[in-house]
Amino acid sequence: MNVKIDRRLIKNFDWLTFGLIICLSLIGVITIYSATRPPAGVGEHPDFYSKQIIWLVISMASLFIMVFFDYKWLDRYAYQLYGAGLFLLVAVLIAGRSSMGAKRWLSIGFFSFQPSEFFRIMFIIGLSSYLARRNNDPGAQMSAKTVVIFALFPLALLIKQPDLGTAILMISLFIVLSISKGVSKKVITVVLLIGIVSVPFLGHIFWEGLKGYQKDRLVAFMDPDVDPSGIGYHINQSKISIGSGGILGKGYLKGTQGPLRFLPEKHTDFIFAVYAEERGFVGSFLLMCIYLLLFLRGLDTACRAKDEFGRLMAVGITAMFFVYYCVNIGMTLSVMPVVGIPLPFVSYGGTALLSNFIAAGILINIRTRRFELFYP
Amino acid sequence: MRLKKIQLGSYIIVAFFLFFCFKLWQLQVIEGDKYRALSESNRLRIIKTPAARGIIFDRNGTALVKDVPFFSVSVSPESIKGLDLGALAKFLGVEKSELVEKLTRKDNSPFIPIKIKEDLSFPEIAHVEAGKSDFPGLFVESGLGREYLFGTVGAHVIGYLGKLSPAQSGNPDFSNFPPDAMIGQWGVEEVFDKELRGTPGERIIEVDALGRELRLIQQRPSVKGKDITLSIDIDIQKAVEDEFKDKAGALVAIKPATGEILALESLPSFDPNVFSRGIQYRDWVSILEDKKNPMLNRALQSQYPPGSTFKIITATAALEEGVIDLGKKINCTGGIHFGKWTFGCWKKGGHGPIDFHRAIVESCDTYFYEVGRRLGIDKIYKYATALGLGKVTGINLMIKERSGLIPNTEWKRQKKQRPWYLGETYNAAIGQGYVSATPIQMARMMATFSNGGTIYPLSLIKGGSKPVGQLGIKPETIQTIKEALVGVVNEPGGTGHSAQSKVVTIAGKTGTAQVIGKQRGAAGGKYMDHAWFVGFAPVDKPEIALSVFVEHGGHGGTAAAPIARRAIEAYLIKHEPAKAGATLPAPVAGNYDAREKKKNSPEVRE
Repeated sequence: MNVKIDRRLIKNFDWLTFGLIICLSLIGVITIYSATRPPAGVGEHPDFYSKQIIWLVISMASLFIMVFFDYKWLDRYAYQLYGAGLFLLVAVLIAGRSSMGAKRWLSIGFFSFQPSEFFRIMFIIGLSSYLARRNNDPGAQMSAKTVVIFALFPLALLIKQPDLGTAILMISLFIVLSISKGVSKKVITVVLLIGIVSVPFLGHIFWEGLKGYQKDRLVAFMDPDVDPSGIGYHINQSKISIGSGGILGKGYLKGTQGPLRFLPEKHTDFIFAVYAEERGFVGSFLLMCIYLLLFLRGLDTACRAKDEFGRLMAVGITAMFFVYYCVNIGMTLSVMPVVGIPLPFVSYGGTALLSNFIAAGILINIRTRRFELFYP
Repeated sequence: MRLKKIQLGSYIIVAFFLFFCFKLWQLQVIEGDKYRALSESNRLRIIKTPAARGIIFDRNGTALVKDVPFFSVSVSPESIKGLDLGALAKFLGVEKSELVEKLTRKDNSPFIPIKIKEDLSFPEIAHVEAGKSDFPGLFVESGLGREYLFGTVGAHVIGYLGKLSPAQSGNPDFSNFPPDAMIGQWGVEEVFDKELRGTPGERIIEVDALGRELRLIQQRPSVKGKDITLSIDIDIQKAVEDEFKDKAGALVAIKPATGEILALESLPSFDPNVFSRGIQYRDWVSILEDKKNPMLNRALQSQYPPGSTFKIITATAALEEGVIDLGKKINCTGGIHFGKWTFGCWKKGGHGPIDFHRAIVESCDTYFYEVGRRLGIDKIYKYATALGLGKVTGINLMIKERSGLIPNTEWKRQKKQRPWYLGETYNAAIGQGYVSATPIQMARMMATFSNGGTIYPLSLIKGGSKPVGQLGIKPETIQTIKEALVGVVNEPGGTGHSAQSKVVTIAGKTGTAQVIGKQRGAAGGKYMDHAWFVGFAPVDKPEIALSVFVEHGGHGGTAAAPIARRAIEAYLIKHEPAKAGATLPAPVAGNYDAREKKKNSPEVRE
């Protein structure tokens, strides 16, 4: 039995997806190294890149664990996992650590992490499991209770933090998975409206709830040139970084915008700007292609999934990567508002990397087990 | 159904992919150069390093100015937002409103550091250096300031440095100057600004987003400005300022053989040091509102009737035109009557029969009325203008020089629509009436006359220039008048005896310009006449010619002549002690008491 699984695991392992995310992660480490290097080559090099390497090793191990166990176990414990995810969100509001006006971090002894990062996976598992168990009647109504549990309650918790990025992601995933399953258009429309309205959700309360920097970001998105050294600063500097890369880029470790601090959040949210500055259009195009392949492969996995739960999870995980990618790249190219969302696999951040690898592990798991027609 | 939905998903993914690639193409390929330039201007700063300014020397090699280090506190524009301005104002000991005003000026560049406090003392520098870590972006900048070693002495010649005025900022000549650049704004500092200025150096540095300097990319050292050696002798200037005491006036001394300006003093003067370190507003106002008008260069900008000093010109015309017989005396009965008017001689009761020589020595007005009558105004005009009166000397001090006025019949007809009257000729012959001149014109007249009639352009630079003309006056004429001018200073009864020197024979002529509308008889203050003295020395080979003008000084012989003597001695004792001693005349005995008593009498019009 074990031997059989092992052989099949190796034979059917999704090397392409694995290779693509390893490529992205290595590009990430290399770019983090450049982005965080001390200006003018003087001073100590901050250890962001080495931390990221450690996290990468942990993440790869987690990925293999996720591949090793059949994903049917996720289905079995889906609600418990989702419940745990909600619990984490509540916990962070109570015991979380505040940083830059947002309460997103939870500390467990020496280790601190962002519960949102794990919640998003649990959300996909939970919702996929729920939708998979429903009958396939497209006209079937989704109960109000479900909408509250899978949409309104977590949304409220995320906005309270506030974590706009994960909130946007959650709404997007809810809609994508609902469409994918074929829930009635009425429910989808309602949730979409709730999602759109959730920005000015409860009117002025939201605007009041927005932290100062979020207001600035929204205003800056409307017109980045209003005050180039003020709120539009981030957007303009990001554009300058990318544009100044030209066709071939300034060369590795030759970018200036990041190390000289013109670019904000250079190794996290704006890492693509650092990459594009040094690698130019050629490098940027290559990166876009890697992502394109990853997304299309994810959809292909969804098509080949052996069951409804696997299919929905593959769609959800692919959609999650895609939404992050779109919001992040769109933000650095200033075609979308500045929302603090990292570029999956590339941006610095241990929890995010780990969570993305776990998600990718599930995706590979689904593809690897596509031929298993019967549960053993 | 499912497949269709997934297909739709892949279309969306490809659409976003294409859209992002298009945006990247636009930014990186199409607009790449623009953004490359923007990123370079982000990180590179070009900092001009000031060039040391050339030193100004006097003709003896004495430095008149010195470049001194000058420290100011600046703040980089990027870091202003993060500063607690209240705390900063307190830290620097300045008013918060003043600080805010400086930081929010419209013409502040977003890249050039803004000076917020200037002229720091060493303890202040230490204070700022010690506490600046609390205020990111704050730093001490050093520059070169200008110290004027002789203060007010010669300030009108040397000038001062000042910030660019708004008008100059718009001038293309100064377009690449930083807004706080100090440039010459007066005197030689302004005239020779281009030479003195030097070429600023350039440092191209890399900075981070907070404006902190990270490393030097490229450097071009500054080139010091050219030194300039002036023709002036600071010792004369010092002696003159000392001798004037608190009186207002001017002295111009010229080297007759070259046209070099040996001294040009206008008093009261100002202290250029007040300007060179960024004048405070209240200081500027106090200078502007000073009733004594220290910013007026009286040597070039005040014109008055030259009084009897003008008789040198009338006498020259008389001899050249042959209208008088040197041996023949004219009887002075204390004035002449012309119609219903009386033109008095300054000496009530008259000089009696008096010849040419004594008429100059004693400055007899009656004699020169007669000479004027015989010449006519147009002849007087001819010689006065030949000697440089009635037009600007053209000396370049970048200020509006006044031209004085020499009238003639043509002028009267055009300006006054009246014919010329003989009475006006009488007045003109003794340097009164319409006639007026500036001290520098009178000094130049004296220089041209004393060198035998060679006209030199005036120069403030040591060495002078080539002559530009020759008067063509007979040497005998000049010799005859020179003898009389020696007599003015050295003979008994001469009006200029207070210019008499024990070390050199000085020749000269006194003069008094009437204060118009004055209360005749008032003996002091602003109703007193203006005093003139023009002269030169040594007599046989003139080294220095000068004019002295003392506002409300009273009588030329008493107010202006001693200043002239002091200036001449200050110059000659140092330069030609042997010669000065050799020409020392025998002491001239004479009783001048009678004249002394007369000096403030109502009728004195010498």
